[in-house]
Amino acid sequence: MTLLSIRNLTLHIGDANILRDIDLGVEAGEILGIIGESGSGKSMTALAIMGLVPEGFSSGGQILLDGEDLLKKSEAELCGIRGDAIGMVFQEPMTALNPTKTIGDQVAETVMVHRRTGRRAANRIARETLDRVGLTEPQFPLGKFPHELSGGQRQRVVIAMAIALRPRLLIADEPTTALDVTTQAQILALLKRLVDEDGMGLILITHDLAVVAGIADRIAIMRLGEIVETGPTVGLFRNLQHPYSQMLFKASSHQPARNPPAVTGSVPVLAVDGVVRDYPLPRRSLFGAKRQFRAVDGVSLSIARGENVGLVGESGCGKSTLARAILSLEPVQAGSIALDGEPLQGSAGASFAARRKLSVVFQDPYGSFNPRHTVERLVAEPFFLLGLGAPQGAERRRRIDRALTEVGLVPADADKYVHEFSGGQRQRIAIARALIIEPSLIVLDEAVSALDVSIRAQILDLLAELSDRLQLSYLFISHDLHVVRTITDRVLVMQAGKIVEAGDTATIFANPQHPYTRQLLAATPNLEMALAAREAALPPVDPFLNPAAKQNLPSPLRGGPGRG
Amino acid sequence: MHKNIFVHCFPASTPADRNAPTHQAHGTVEPIATLELRGSLPHTPVPPFPLAARASTLHNRSAMPAYILSRAVSLCLSLVAASLVVFVLLEIVPGDPAALMLGLNATPEAAGALRELLGLNGPVHERYLNWVFGMLRGDFGISYAYKVPVSELFADRIWVSIPLAIYALTLSTLIAFPVGIIAASRRNSATDVAIMGTTQLGVAVPNFWFAMLLVLLFAVTLRWFSAGGFPGWDQGLFVGMKALTLPAIALALPQASILARVMRSALLDTLDEDYIRSARAKGLTRRQALWRHALRNALIPVLTIIGLQFSFLLAGAIIIENVFFLPGLGNLIFKAIAARDLIVVKSGVMILVVAVILVTFLVDVAYAIVDPRLRTSTR
Repeated sequence: MTLLSIRNLTLHIGDANILRDIDLGVEAGEILGIIGESGSGKSMTALAIMGLVPEGFSSGGQILLDGEDLLKKSEAELCGIRGDAIGMVFQEPMTALNPTKTIGDQVAETVMVHRRTGRRAANRIARETLDRVGLTEPQFPLGKFPHELSGGQRQRVVIAMAIALRPRLLIADEPTTALDVTTQAQILALLKRLVDEDGMGLILITHDLAVVAGIADRIAIMRLGEIVETGPTVGLFRNLQHPYSQMLFKASSHQPARNPPAVTGSVPVLAVDGVVRDYPLPRRSLFGAKRQFRAVDGVSLSIARGENVGLVGESGCGKSTLARAILSLEPVQAGSIALDGEPLQGSAGASFAARRKLSVVFQDPYGSFNPRHTVERLVAEPFFLLGLGAPQGAERRRRIDRALTEVGLVPADADKYVHEFSGGQRQRIAIARALIIEPSLIVLDEAVSALDVSIRAQILDLLAELSDRLQLSYLFISHDLHVVRTITDRVLVMQAGKIVEAGDTATIFANPQHPYTRQLLAATPNLEMALAAREAALPPVDPFLNPAAKQNLPSPLRGGPGRG
Repeated sequence: MHKNIFVHCFPASTPADRNAPTHQAHGTVEPIATLELRGSLPHTPVPPFPLAARASTLHNRSAMPAYILSRAVSLCLSLVAASLVVFVLLEIVPGDPAALMLGLNATPEAAGALRELLGLNGPVHERYLNWVFGMLRGDFGISYAYKVPVSELFADRIWVSIPLAIYALTLSTLIAFPVGIIAASRRNSATDVAIMGTTQLGVAVPNFWFAMLLVLLFAVTLRWFSAGGFPGWDQGLFVGMKALTLPAIALALPQASILARVMRSALLDTLDEDYIRSARAKGLTRRQALWRHALRNALIPVLTIIGLQFSFLLAGAIIIENVFFLPGLGNLIFKAIAARDLIVVKSGVMILVVAVILVTFLVDVAYAIVDPRLRTSTR
């Protein structure tokens, strides 16, 4: 019998249909990947299976687990099923654990809720489960608190909570989206291993096609509450039927057309020389020496006019700190930063004249706007840098209109508020705000990371086009190597505060020299390679788990040495 | 007038005197006792694995003393700063205590001699140090108005005010916790709306009016309690507590209304957290998730309010003290201000400040017990 079988599942709140006629099945030991952009209903499907849809929703159809309809179960019965027969892992490991309880207690709780065991036995199971997910003694005693763990380690704890009772079905909703690539690879390998060991079914929900392509047996693509296409992974991707899936596939490996003008002028737009940024740490004891954490350690780089430079590295490597130093948001302890040959002042911050050559676009387009200001006011904000020279009246409005038009919006949008726009449009507004004072350099700090793939492709196109036309330089900061590769001319790889490798983007991706660069590239999921490897090597290999396989077989998720 | 002084002195100041603490000094011991309790809390891991258990306890123990030490250092600094502020403020206040004590017909010579006797003539820093070290020895000087040692005046009142504050706070907490939890767990239900309406009323209505209603009902009509006065603790614990019951209720109701509202909103915030969803995914019922995961995390804002309320109850009980004819600290200080009995004001304010700072310290320690993240950082 099919482990999980969803038939004609519908979900609506009031008149709004959230899910329509969902039909899905998962066998024991099978991995089903659900792909969709935001609003596609993929998370709602997961919550519906768990019986955890928010209040006010009503559902129809059937969700059969081993033949029993979960939608007909009472809340008390569902409490007995959740955590025992079905486990769930969520996206955000940083907040998914109770900060006031030890990890041991939180894993043991799963056992104690469902089994009449004593604390001692529950703790024993918790210990075994944490060992299974790779958090072994003595480094990870049961008494650790969540804040003492990294994001990847916390996600392992969340997984341990979900699998402590060896559920028959595990649902993982974007389990690796908030993690670094190398951590992502480890977590995916862990999930795959657990599926193989326990023979449980796994529903892996993600927006990232490359992530599921490597490990899912079957794929369902969702859009606006419906499944548009479903089938075995390789067959589905090789022969996409629905226009939406085809668009999604194209967008996820989208390469914006770039036609950079000849680099002119010998003075670089940005010259960073030996910059050091130290943070003071609390003293160990009352009279202990002051301690420092060196977040940026002697970094030098330069960006020519019209050049797009990528800065990649994992979280905590210092890339955002470097960006903040370049933006003069933070003082530097050593080294110098110059824009168009003019040095930025050190601790006192940069002058208005210097700042107006520099703009920034951040990751979260909504969080970086004041929601009570009109778009006109938001976009015109940087005008204060021009002082008395700021345009007034009709000229001001004309400049705003032009900036909005430039990023693909219309002048009428100036009178609206930010909440009236979608995520992609908000990021366009952020870019318009960055453009309005005609800077030489825009720092893009994870500027497309929060966007859906199709929107991301559009924004990347826009950025490429603006750079070409206006001779703009970008410092493109991202943890996503794939995106950096599509839009940058040169790339810098940062690790622990230092630039470990720098060079032409094409060269570095084709032939990485530093071990860290290789590691990053190897861990970055790559859709095309994943598919090719699965076609070639049957039965499908687990690219993460088995080190021997990693060495010898062409691994689906590796874009390692020798490929471009 | 009295209000101004309290409002001004309390938050801004922070005390310097470790002596009201002859008994308060035990205050420093208390947190450690509380700490030991922690070992028996249900959620601390029982040692199934010797190593795990040891490592975890080691971790908790090693960070906690450092945190307590850092809070204790800031407590001492606050006390010194507060004593300075109180001293300087009362130096500035016009009026010559000696002239006041001797009355209108006193000769300047007599006033001068009395000032000398009272130690009012020395240099400022000397008088400050005399005052501080005097308090440390338990010597608060002689009241200008009553001509008795100030320590005697305080000794009587403190044993009314502090038990009353603790009584009222206990009542307030006992009422607020269940009420707030019920309201939060039934958000937007009729119960919730009724509770919110009632607490709104409780916040709005002045506590002396409550007090008069209580007197009317329980003292005048039902004759269960006396309408006021305090017979003293030597009459027995029960008699003392009984006399304090109506005032404590009158004080507690508005405080409980505020606290219940804080409890509700803090709980609603934590119930929206991701880890509550995680707990539900583990199979916990809504109620279990609330009790086991949300409650402890919601305690931080609640503890903050409890700390503030204790301070308020200690000094701000003056109106209720008047309604019930209780010989409390607030009353004493108010009268001392009216009589320009500055030495009583100075030391009385200082005693209140010491109490408030000690409570703040205890709240800080409670924070760290609730939230392990605070134990590691010294801020």
